[in-house]
Amino acid sequence: MIMKIAQFILILMVSPFLFGVINRTKAFFAGRKGAPLFQLYYDIAKLLRKSAVYSASTTWVFIAGPIVSLSAIIVASLIIPFAGCSSIISFEGDLVLFFYLLGLARFFTCLAALDTGSSFEGMGASREVQFAVFAEPALFMNLAALAQLTGKSSLTEIFSSSQIHYWASYGPLLFLALFALFIVFLAENSRIPVDDPNTHLELTMVHEVMVLDHGGVDFAYILYGAAIKFWILGSLLTGIIFKGSSYGWGVDTIIFILLMVLLAVVVGVVESTMSRLRLLKVPHYLLVALSLSLIAFIISLR
Amino acid sequence: MHFLLCSLGILVISGLLAVCSSRSFKAANVIGALGATTACALGLMAFFPAVNTGPSSLNIPWAIPFGSFSLSLDALGSVFLVPILVLCALSALYGFEYLKHYYGKKNIGSVWCFYNILAASMIAVVLARNAMLFLLAWELMSVSSFFLVVFEGEKKEVARAGLIYLIATHIGTLFLLVMFILLGRESGSFDFADWNTISSDFIPSAVFLCMVIGFGTKAGFMPMHIWLPEAHPAAPSHVSAVMSGVMIKTGIYGIVRILTFLGVPLAWWGYLLIVIGITSGVLGVLFALAQHDLKRLLAYSSIENIGIIALGIGLGILGMSFNNPALTVIGFTGGLLHVINHAFFKGLLFLGAGAVLHETGTREIDALGGLLKKMPITGFCFLIGSAAICGLPPLNGFISEFLIYFASFKGVFASLPVTIMSLGAIVSLALIGSLAVACFTKAFGIIFLGKPRSAHCEKAREPNILMRGPMLVLAGLCVLIGLLVPFVIGIFKQAVFDITQMPFNVIDASLTGTVSSLSYIVITALLFYFILLSLFIARRGLLRKREIRQVVTWDCGYARPEARMQYTASSFAQPIVDFFKGILRTRKSVHKINEYFPKDFSYQTKTTDLFRETVFKPVVNVVYRLAEELTFIQHGKLQIYILYILATLIVLFIWKF
Repeated sequence: MIMKIAQFILILMVSPFLFGVINRTKAFFAGRKGAPLFQLYYDIAKLLRKSAVYSASTTWVFIAGPIVSLSAIIVASLIIPFAGCSSIISFEGDLVLFFYLLGLARFFTCLAALDTGSSFEGMGASREVQFAVFAEPALFMNLAALAQLTGKSSLTEIFSSSQIHYWASYGPLLFLALFALFIVFLAENSRIPVDDPNTHLELTMVHEVMVLDHGGVDFAYILYGAAIKFWILGSLLTGIIFKGSSYGWGVDTIIFILLMVLLAVVVGVVESTMSRLRLLKVPHYLLVALSLSLIAFIISLR
Repeated sequence: MHFLLCSLGILVISGLLAVCSSRSFKAANVIGALGATTACALGLMAFFPAVNTGPSSLNIPWAIPFGSFSLSLDALGSVFLVPILVLCALSALYGFEYLKHYYGKKNIGSVWCFYNILAASMIAVVLARNAMLFLLAWELMSVSSFFLVVFEGEKKEVARAGLIYLIATHIGTLFLLVMFILLGRESGSFDFADWNTISSDFIPSAVFLCMVIGFGTKAGFMPMHIWLPEAHPAAPSHVSAVMSGVMIKTGIYGIVRILTFLGVPLAWWGYLLIVIGITSGVLGVLFALAQHDLKRLLAYSSIENIGIIALGIGLGILGMSFNNPALTVIGFTGGLLHVINHAFFKGLLFLGAGAVLHETGTREIDALGGLLKKMPITGFCFLIGSAAICGLPPLNGFISEFLIYFASFKGVFASLPVTIMSLGAIVSLALIGSLAVACFTKAFGIIFLGKPRSAHCEKAREPNILMRGPMLVLAGLCVLIGLLVPFVIGIFKQAVFDITQMPFNVIDASLTGTVSSLSYIVITALLFYFILLSLFIARRGLLRKREIRQVVTWDCGYARPEARMQYTASSFAQPIVDFFKGILRTRKSVHKINEYFPKDFSYQTKTTDLFRETVFKPVVNVVYRLAEELTFIQHGKLQIYILYILATLIVLFIWKF
């Protein structure tokens, strides 16, 4: 249990670091020096010291938005397995709870955005819920394929079962599942090619525009929540790749974190080498993930 | 049973008294509401074993041919009866305040008479154990709710809605009649108690089809749902809450009850129900998203939830026919729990919609906005209801959807046909869930958040305690069920036994794993509340002694921001509506801008029902045409009519000789 709690604290501590890695990778491709690796920690620390500014049209929902989202994401991180070890909360069917907690976070982020009465934020919220309509079925189809393969319906058991790491016989299935998950992962974390976190025009933003009016402590919560969400959804990907070794917990943890850093580098490379899709194409992009997951499921039936 | 009989009696008597005293609006209102509330509260006593010591069934011979006055209460009935009683009582309190608005304009007495008869007939439907009695109660329920729908019958669209409802419900009853005749012929009796042996292998399938059409029409299965989005918005809001929350569930009750007489179900029954569930669920929420009228949106969302219930029951049936106890028990439990949950959150949402309508005079979502500041408690309750109906943790909607997911994941590991059906259920539940989030962020966000979009919102203020109270109670129930479910799930064991007749230890064994999962969910929910509170306190601590300023929303430095510039419900839903335009067939009428200095611009969208336009309209048109061809026999000449009667009599005489 102590180990599990240590893992949980590790997630809370390390996750903002990954954003630094992404930005460094992008800076490398652009030939810049880039911001410090710990920039997000500095940002959050600075935001926590700030006073608050609220729009006169907002209500308590605007303040509740970041708090509910961050709590839901933190609770979801209790369910996600770490380096093949069992998570703090693990039970049959916990994957449903995991994704629905992220849904709760989305619900309140969108409401907080609508609370400002700004057209920009309404637009962002509208896009966010639209993308989810395609992303969630793909995620569930994907997890159903993994569940069918392993015969389990809890994230910990799925990712610690032997089938999921037996690439020799289940290679095609695992590759398809991994690729489909990566597609949805980029969309859910508002990265290129679905959303550009560095964009500077309100009309083209998705996630960034929803939090346009948030500042200070509330914004710190949002940034932190986004970092943890990146980590926990990334853990699904690394979980397929790495099961845990026989060298003990310490080594496993280090390997797992290194894999997460690698994932961040990959995301950075994708962001540096690809451009954003037109908004109208995003549903098609996500439907690709759904189709790949369906194929993975069909393969898992044999 | 005594309590429920008293409750039936009080409902009928108070209804009649209310209609007798309709000269005084106040008296009729008080008598009607008081009668309904006390009767339902008294009826709830029957569920406290400490108080209820009387017999659980009653059988009195009845003069009506084939009829007997037999009533009985079992666990399956209770699952449906408790929400009926709770929601009828709360809606009656709410209705007392809501109807004051109509003093001097409408006959309040008759509204209460029909409301109380509706409540009584729903109770009787659930208790009835004889086909004649059941049909009588069923008809009474349909007719009384019809009169409530046409409450504002002077409006053209309300009258039309009432007509569609009346026709649809009677087509449904027709199929029920056929079904009961089939069942009765088979066993030679119309008492439910005698229906346990059906030897023929064709009859059960025929009965099943009849009941899916007959009960499905009432429940709102697609494509038999077309009356629902018309009738529910037309009725007064507290009646909409009862109709949407519990009346349509009597259709589900009918299916589950009759299922118990049909022996081991065939696999295709399960496939059929799952396919109906997927269609109703996905299309229901999709059409809900495209609506501009709040109550119409909620009505479509009821179709969605009926779809989710059908999924649960379909999985249960599939489990029975494939002899998969886990799938059976969890599927039925999920479906039945969703019946209760949906009654509470949909009742809550309709009451909230009624409060908005009452205060602003409009149901048009795009005309509202910023109401949370003026109606904080209504808004809070509506938010809880919205989150619950989206199936978000830690509220009750999540628990029942989780159970159906859980059953589907059990099914994924079973044999191939079950696997495919279960995958369909999982993916469509995910789709339904995300569409519901889109639909209800739109509904709550546009109505209660932002700035008022029209003058309708100016006068709005928090409604009276009698309207707020029922909403608060229902919101509390949504939160509580989310936390207490592992402790009360045992109630469903008996209900599942009533449906499946499986041995108790098998049911127990299948539920044990579920209960442990549910306990973990509750622990997670408590952790969530704890983290929520700590983050809130942390924010408060950090902001103490710091300056908190109020400014305008970021508007790109625009000089005169206006409420009309906000995103609207239509624009919010547009990307999804456009993507599914092949199904939704939203009609747009745009007044294009051609000149350099445009004076006006208009843009309208209207989403009519797919099945109404493509299936029912052509059929109705054909019927109309045929009817027109036949008008020559009906020309208003009395002599010829008498000749018809004479001719018929002569033909009958000849036939009998």
